[in-house]
Amino acid sequence: MLHTFVAYVEDLPGVLTRVASLFRRLNINIHSLTVGHSEQAGLSRMTVVCEASAEAGHRIQASLYKLENVVEVDDIAQAPSVTRELALIKVAATPRSRSQVFELVEVFRARIVDLAPESLTIEMTGVESKIEGLIQVLNEGEGRILEICRSGKLTMRRGHHTSGVLKAMSVSADESAEVPAEDGAAVEQE
Amino acid sequence: MGTDANTQALNHPPARLTGAEIVWATLVGEGVTDVFGYPGGAILPVYDALRKFPIHHTLVRHEQGAAHMADGYSRASGKVGVAIATSGPGATNLVTGIATAMLDSIPIVCITGNVSSKVLGSDAFQEVDITGITLPVTKHNFLISRAEDIAPAIRYAFQIAKSARPGPVLVDITKDAQQATAIFDFEAAKPRPHRIHPMRKVEESGLAQAAELIKNAKRPVILAGHGIIESGAMEQVRTLAERAQIPVALTLLGLGAFPASHPLNLGMMGMHGESWVNHAIQDADLLIACGMRFDDRVTGAVATYAPKAKKIHIEVDPAEVNKIIKVDVPLIGDLREVLEALLPRISSRDGGAWLKTIDGFKGDSAVRDIKNLPDLGHLYAAHVIHDIWRITGGNAIVVTDVGQHQMWEAQYYHHEQPRMLITSGGLGTMGFSLPAAIGAKFACPDKEVWVIVGDGGFQMTAGELATIAQEGIKINIAVINNGYLGMVRQWQEFFYERNYESTPMVSPDFVKLADAHGIAGLTVRTRGEVEEAVNTARSAPGAFLLNFKVEKEDTVYPMVSTGSALHEMIRRPGGKDPLEES
Ligand SMILES: Cc1ncc(C[n+]2csc(CCOP(=O)(O)OP(=O)(O)O)c2C)c(N)n1
Ligand SMILES: [Mg+2]
Repeated sequence: MLHTFVAYVEDLPGVLTRVASLFRRLNINIHSLTVGHSEQAGLSRMTVVCEASAEAGHRIQASLYKLENVVEVDDIAQAPSVTRELALIKVAATPRSRSQVFELVEVFRARIVDLAPESLTIEMTGVESKIEGLIQVLNEGEGRILEICRSGKLTMRRGHHTSGVLKAMSVSADESAEVPAEDGAAVEQE
Repeated sequence: MGTDANTQALNHPPARLTGAEIVWATLVGEGVTDVFGYPGGAILPVYDALRKFPIHHTLVRHEQGAAHMADGYSRASGKVGVAIATSGPGATNLVTGIATAMLDSIPIVCITGNVSSKVLGSDAFQEVDITGITLPVTKHNFLISRAEDIAPAIRYAFQIAKSARPGPVLVDITKDAQQATAIFDFEAAKPRPHRIHPMRKVEESGLAQAAELIKNAKRPVILAGHGIIESGAMEQVRTLAERAQIPVALTLLGLGAFPASHPLNLGMMGMHGESWVNHAIQDADLLIACGMRFDDRVTGAVATYAPKAKKIHIEVDPAEVNKIIKVDVPLIGDLREVLEALLPRISSRDGGAWLKTIDGFKGDSAVRDIKNLPDLGHLYAAHVIHDIWRITGGNAIVVTDVGQHQMWEAQYYHHEQPRMLITSGGLGTMGFSLPAAIGAKFACPDKEVWVIVGDGGFQMTAGELATIAQEGIKINIAVINNGYLGMVRQWQEFFYERNYESTPMVSPDFVKLADAHGIAGLTVRTRGEVEEAVNTARSAPGAFLLNFKVEKEDTVYPMVSTGSALHEMIRRPGGKDPLEES
């Protein structure tokens, strides 16, 4: 199954290697890994998505916690969460063939962020399937895809802040269920 | 801590020292009195400062030896062992020793020098990325390039090495950091409190469930592992066993955690465990795993492991729980603490029927036991080891290498107390014993120390004989010389149609080799000579080597071959006893 871990790690040299090395050791391929600053100074936030057996989740989380620089790990599993990915897609398009691409961009609610004589660049944020959908229709169209750059998944639990969720769960298992699911659930399906 | 040297460091007002001096001052503060190492360019400033500090440095002959000595020191004493090496080849030579400590959860701190921070990453002379190399075989490591970071890193390294499930930590210090100066303030360098693993969890309901399982079990077995020794839970395990009359099976590294002579001690489990121990585990309806990790050498085929048993797993490392064997009641925490919480819920139980059943499993296996065989004039490793046990009264620290002799030691030297058997279990590192014994001797100078080593493994680190000579320490070395890489030959015998490819081994005359180092020695060829030889070695003032020329093609029985269920053991062939004269 697909596992998603959110980790807060110390923002120091080598920490990414330690985290990545743990997955490598277990011979687990990382689907995507994103790192960036978090709301806490000195701590980076990672979203790691990987394919592993259902039982592996416990061991990965437990092993991540054994790394000195890892402060917090949340195994998102099937919990209600928001996941987004950003993609930049460069398509070969001349002034004559652009309009078809413009139409697709409109339909997918993406944006054009760069326009050059021979190409244009699309920015798109969304769930994985939506990005894949755009790539597919672009491939079927006239404009040849020149480059794709995808951020990998960013994941956040719904309602509670991630660090609060772990604590909340140890107090009351279903507290998080009381958090009203907002419009997000629907958005994700589109 | 609390040693004079420590007080000295603590009373030392914060002062400006060089990074090299800070290394030693911090070690002194941590209570270190002995280190094992080998100098070189990138660590020279540290060596230059050594004479100002009350620390004894043992010059090894290969850095692998330094790591094993630190490891043996730790296993014998429970303290953190320290190894020091230079950059590049010095650092890479440590790696086998670090991995050995990692797999057996032994707290050691390794300090390496590295090239100057200005040239880090430039392939400078003797530069190697040792923090990268050791990342998967250390609990943590540090690359330090500023003098002011040295004391905090070393103090943090000690904390990491000792805390929760212990293990090795490496601190790599660039040469310019050793040469620069900084204010040394031991107190200020103290790490923040150790963070308890958030997934450690012992719930009331778990304790209640465990107590209930123990109360109702008909055929319970305690699986006693190395964690008992690391946690210091010998008393608690014994109380549990005695109160509930539960027999105890031990892992290789658990030997000594529960007295061998105790009526509830079944013996060693696993690949070369006693047959009745493995039968008891396979037949059990409850296993209480204490500080052990269901290594493949003790489970046999996982799918058929203890199929009738509920399993309680008391373990400090959450990542070990449900890793190999699915357990019913995980109690994730320090073993001693968990048992202290559990014991008040345990009442006395009658275990007589089950103990009698296990006695029945023994059947005639005790009769076939090699130690009960008549003396036919041959020299068998098992006899040698059993005699050493008898003659030393079991009071020696025994350090074994890896191979057949290691298994015979586990079977025929009976360990009453913890930290008296020192052996590489998880990594199975040949060459471990001689240097580890040197470390053990420094940790326990008043204890008798025996090395039991194969002719193969001995030659991997025999250079450390010179270390023994230079340090003038008393260690007795029993080379179990069978002319083969015996354990590998045994696998070839069973699984490769006796194709003894690359296992017969020509060796130097070990007595002459010892002699060349100024170490006395004797060759022993018959059982009749064993007792006198062992006594000669013991009473000799210095180190002594006994070269036991044993039966060449003897086999360790019983054996569970890989892939077989734990109770499917290859037994010593019945018909014609292989030990009888032909
Ligand atoms: C460093 C290392 N290399 C290889 C092995 C594989 N190995 C395991 S036991 C063994 C044979 C050991 O021979 P010896 O030291 O003579 O001991 P014996 O089995 O004969 O008692 C070997 C080669 C190992 N454990 N460690
Ligand atoms: Mg041999």
